[in-house]
Amino acid sequence: MSGDVGLPILHRQRLWLYALGGLILLFLIAPSVIIVIMSFSDSTLLQFPPQQWSLRWYQSYFQSLEWRDATIVSVKVAIMTVLVATPLGTMAAYAINRGTLRFNGTINALLTASLIIPVILIGIGTFFLYARIGLNNTLTGLVIAHTVQALPLVVLTVLSGLRSYDMNQERVARSLGAGRIAAFWQVTMPQIRFSIVSGALFAFITSFDEVVVSLFISGGETTTLTRRMFNALRDQIDPTIAAISTCLIVLSILLLSLAQIFGRRH
Amino acid sequence: MSTQSALPNETVADRTLNTRALRADARREELRLLALLSPSLLLVFAIIIVPVGWLFWLSLFDETGALSASNYARFFEQASYVKTFVTTFKVAFIVTGACVLLGYPLAYMLSQLPRRAASICLIFVILPFWTSVLVRTYAWLVILQRKGLINSWLIDLGVISQPLSLANNFSGVVIGMTHILLPFLVLPLYASMKTIDTDCLRAGMNLGAGPVATFRQIFFPLSLPGLASGVVIVFVLCLGFFVTPALMGGGKVIMWAMRMEQTTSLYSNWGAGAALGVVLLAVTLALLGLFQWLLGARATGVWSSR
Amino acid sequence: MILSIAPSALPISMRAIEKRFGSVHVLRDLNLDVEAGEFLTLLGPSGSGKTTLLMILAGFTRANAGSIKVGGDEIIATPPHRRNIGMVFQNYALFPHMNVSHNIAFALKQRGVAAKETAERVEKALEMVKLAGLGERRVDQLSGGQRQRVALARAIVFEPRIVLMDEPLSALDKGLREHMQIELRALHRRLGMTTVYVTHDQREAITMSDRIAVMNAGRIEQLDRPETLYSAPKTQFVAGFIGESNFVPVESRDGSVWYEDRKIRTAAPAPAAGRYLMVVRPETLRLVENGEAADNVNVLSATVGDIIYQGDSFVCYASLRDGRQLTLRDYCRGDVLAKMPAPGQPINLGLDAKDTILVAAEG
Repeated sequence: MSGDVGLPILHRQRLWLYALGGLILLFLIAPSVIIVIMSFSDSTLLQFPPQQWSLRWYQSYFQSLEWRDATIVSVKVAIMTVLVATPLGTMAAYAINRGTLRFNGTINALLTASLIIPVILIGIGTFFLYARIGLNNTLTGLVIAHTVQALPLVVLTVLSGLRSYDMNQERVARSLGAGRIAAFWQVTMPQIRFSIVSGALFAFITSFDEVVVSLFISGGETTTLTRRMFNALRDQIDPTIAAISTCLIVLSILLLSLAQIFGRRH
Repeated sequence: MSTQSALPNETVADRTLNTRALRADARREELRLLALLSPSLLLVFAIIIVPVGWLFWLSLFDETGALSASNYARFFEQASYVKTFVTTFKVAFIVTGACVLLGYPLAYMLSQLPRRAASICLIFVILPFWTSVLVRTYAWLVILQRKGLINSWLIDLGVISQPLSLANNFSGVVIGMTHILLPFLVLPLYASMKTIDTDCLRAGMNLGAGPVATFRQIFFPLSLPGLASGVVIVFVLCLGFFVTPALMGGGKVIMWAMRMEQTTSLYSNWGAGAALGVVLLAVTLALLGLFQWLLGARATGVWSSR
Repeated sequence: MILSIAPSALPISMRAIEKRFGSVHVLRDLNLDVEAGEFLTLLGPSGSGKTTLLMILAGFTRANAGSIKVGGDEIIATPPHRRNIGMVFQNYALFPHMNVSHNIAFALKQRGVAAKETAERVEKALEMVKLAGLGERRVDQLSGGQRQRVALARAIVFEPRIVLMDEPLSALDKGLREHMQIELRALHRRLGMTTVYVTHDQREAITMSDRIAVMNAGRIEQLDRPETLYSAPKTQFVAGFIGESNFVPVESRDGSVWYEDRKIRTAAPAPAAGRYLMVVRPETLRLVENGEAADNVNVLSATVGDIIYQGDSFVCYASLRDGRQLTLRDYCRGDVLAKMPAPGQPINLGLDAKDTILVAAEG
């Protein structure tokens, strides 16, 4: 009997299902694993498994000025995006959670629009707009564009935190003499802070991994890591990218585990 | 504060006592909430609504600046555009189909596993979901190219003598996109399968249905809404997908989003590119609208489920 | 009943309160006066508007119109944190990220009370709710009853003018609930703060309140002392909601009250001509043996349906000639139970003229 499902079906009878599911999971995870392993190869040829091990591709990543600059740009933009998107998204989620505004549905749709509208359209449109106001190839332009991409994730994450939070607590705080802002800071905020941190982490990944919009609006000194990778991949398959990819995968694992830990605390 | 005062123990017939003060208070409250929302709404308006609206406007004019439908007429007249649409929909249908074939058994298995095992397996779905599209596309390039993993293994094993062309063509695009979009189908489907009441299944088996009949007559129909939402999301994302076809299509598989990029960047034909965008957005919204109308579910559900 | 009215207790006067949610009219022209130091309960079924009224009083819900004066000051548009009203929620809403002391000290902190005085007042409040020594506990280490006490201490520690409670005992099990009712009542007598209490439990309302406002469909049906509500309900709703009731349709004509063709003796003079319902409480009915009836007793002939023995008391279900059910309840003292006719047998049910209650027939 399977433990918590409790249907009268034996695990043995389901071996085929587990085998199939396992293969599909392998399909999902194998590419990342292969890249991580190959990034430690000594060879310029892409052999698997590698004959000899080395860190030369990591050296070539960290020693290349171009790659380093691009990484710095991406990190800067991601941090600034977090700093802008997190408070804005939290404020918006709080207002939506109240649910008393007349156009709540429309507001919701607007804030989550960037999840639905094809990103290529946003990329071209933003480029077109930025060209007129001189924001192309600037950090500000990138941060604004990434903030719009990250906002819905922050809003949805914080909103789900607020939905499982008991608003009566804020009411009690008000009745005990705390003003709106004091009640939020002293009572609501400490209890939804894990959702806010998760939202911030999602905002970071969203900005750091963003490709399509950056392709249009970043360049020159503000070339992001993803844009440089995209261009490099168009030309040839440079094993340095395997090292960079490994770093990105590790970053994702790190941020996801953090989000997971915070999520559980909540 | 009101200037009208009610005497104690006297019923006030006036049903509009203090309404002015109360309405003003309600308005203040509404303004406060709008103030919380306005920075976000302003950004979305400036970065999404304005540019997209501008592109719509552009799409209505031809190269000479005259109002015309020529940007749209082109889609039917020029064979290259027709080919782009055909390719895009072909990829979208095949990728969506592949995602269903792979995603349904996976989600079903996850939903049947004990909680602990399921959450471990889920990591394998969520991690790729949060790994950069570029990284995953690169991985598939490495695996599928002429001198890539698959080909060198197959040649070493003596299965083939000439390398198969797996990347830089249609099949490469389909494999890469299937891998990238699979979690978008599995996560909502798994979430909906988890909500299926096990008692329903027990009751079914109790009434004499075998495992296969229970699955076909009870579980499968109950999982359809989740499947539908996954299918719609994957299909819609396919239509506007850019990175993977651009890198893995070898310049031979021109999809909708690539066409938009080429038209605007390469040929600077903003009207034509914008018209492509308008139609893409219209198709996307129509599909989502149709889905919402049929199932009444939130199309953005997948994002909250991750 | 002598109340020690604390100097801080203030009367509340609500006038013409209107509340609509969209097209739903939740409160209609509601008027209510709460005396200083009074324990007043809003009693009603769910959807009667009692909780909405409490939320309007606390400032969490905005009325569409009306006036609320506390000691003469208009507060209807005052934000909740300036109302100086203590509030206890159904789920207590304790702050889980603070310990018991910090929960209770919250209001004092907002008012800038010095640390030393805060500590003293928190200690005093803890003693008052019999939780002395538990100040350092985390909220999730407390039992349901203890949480309830912390919520109460938190709501009274800043000596508010008014305390509001929204079904504060409904989450406790029966024994604890009855115990807390008595304790709450004692605490109220000691502190004498004006208290508005919301419940749907009529027994709880009767046990605790100085006065009860019975609410139905956004109006106050009757506002009275518990004894009066029980012995002299003014409407069918109140009679049905408080205590058990049998309703017998009667008619007033020619200066008398009639049940079918039988004249009913009433203590009060017959009301204006028309149809009425006679409210018959089960414990006012008793078995009348043939020929025994006195002048001021109405005798109703019925047939025994079933008799249910309940230990200290018994219940007899009987049907009148028109099929209407009547319930008789009596204690099993002496040979009362032994004298009851067997099921299927005729029975004469006696009802004193002074026990007859007439209410207008609704609908």
